Amino acid sequence: MQDDSSHQRTDSAVSWPDQIFDLLKSHAIRQVALVPDAGHSRLIRRCLADNSMEVVSLTSEEEGIAMLAGAWLGGDKGILLMQSSGVGNCINMLSLSILHRTPMPMIVTMRGDFGEFNPAQVPMGNATQTVLEAMGTLVRRADHPEDVAPTVDATIRLAFNTLRPTATLIGQRVLGAKTFGKD
Amino acid sequence: MSPIDKHNRLDRRALCRAVLADRGDMLVIAGLGAPAWDITAAGDRAENLPLWGGMGGAAMIGLGLALAQPKRKVLVITGDGEMLMGMGSLATIAVKQPPNLAILVEDNEHYGETGMQETHTKHGVDLVAIAQGAGFKRTMRVTKPDEVEGLRAAIHANGLLFASAKIGVENFPLVLPPREGAFLQARMREAILGPQAHHQT
Repeated sequence: MQDDSSHQRTDSAVSWPDQIFDLLKSHAIRQVALVPDAGHSRLIRRCLADNSMEVVSLTSEEEGIAMLAGAWLGGDKGILLMQSSGVGNCINMLSLSILHRTPMPMIVTMRGDFGEFNPAQVPMGNATQTVLEAMGTLVRRADHPEDVAPTVDATIRLAFNTLRPTATLIGQRVLGAKTFGKD
Repeated sequence: MSPIDKHNRLDRRALCRAVLADRGDMLVIAGLGAPAWDITAAGDRAENLPLWGGMGGAAMIGLGLALAQPKRKVLVITGDGEMLMGMGSLATIAVKQPPNLAILVEDNEHYGETGMQETHTKHGVDLVAIAQGAGFKRTMRVTKPDEVEGLRAAIHANGLLFASAKIGVENFPLVLPPREGAFLQARMREAILGPQAHHQT
């Protein structure tokens, strides 16, 4: 039993980005809006390699909130991938998701969260969940690799079944803290 | 209504009505404030999404819709202040080059809803040049009534378009669209997708 569960952890530690990609496909997510983050790099590569997805790199994360509002108007399901610092850029634009009742799933890779090296990442990282919730977003965290896929699955279901902004925060404990060569 | 005002500038309501004439199945997103009132004055309908907020987001809503509905023309009509707040989206949109998207800025060089403070376009900032620099291959500057029909034709033609029309500063009587955003979204979805729009999960 113990061996099996540790085995599962090892698999998830490596493959959670692939598990997210499989979820995007099974939920028929067609538009992927993103500002790159190292934590999302494998998932972004998988999406770019899929010709049936529209992958849009943004200059600022709030563009993604607006873009996915347009996607849903036209019947496309979308998702926004970003780092926690980008959540701050989205806040006023989330007014539209609330007013229009637009499904708005977000997958946020955390900085300033667990073993952070860069002091500038801490203020927004520490505020990420609070400000999303202040803007009516249902927030669920995944702090262990095996929790990522079920949490993202729940986040996508909540968004499209209940018509609101939702977010999975993937903790820095899952991603590993960037150390700038200081470890 | 004359298409030109006493300062020899285009009348925004006449411009908007002319641009939306014989629009076919075109979908229209309008930025918050006067552009939303303008498209409503031209005739409120399910294929209109007038925005009540989300300043800076109108063009990107147009991108998402254009990507989702590649067979339909999508027109974003917005103001200079709204476009200035979302200038990065011109870069994002130019990289994607959706051939069915057109953006029209009704440029009165002022923030009309907040007391007519001047915007950057009053001081030389050139949104058409910025769109060209971003990679828009088709752009238009419109200042005269006899250019409006060409603008309408360019909007309906194939290919990504950015246009700026210099308009007068007159404020017209408010013609308000419905304020319930969920209704505005649902009616456009139903117009595009049919009744099954309300069962999509």
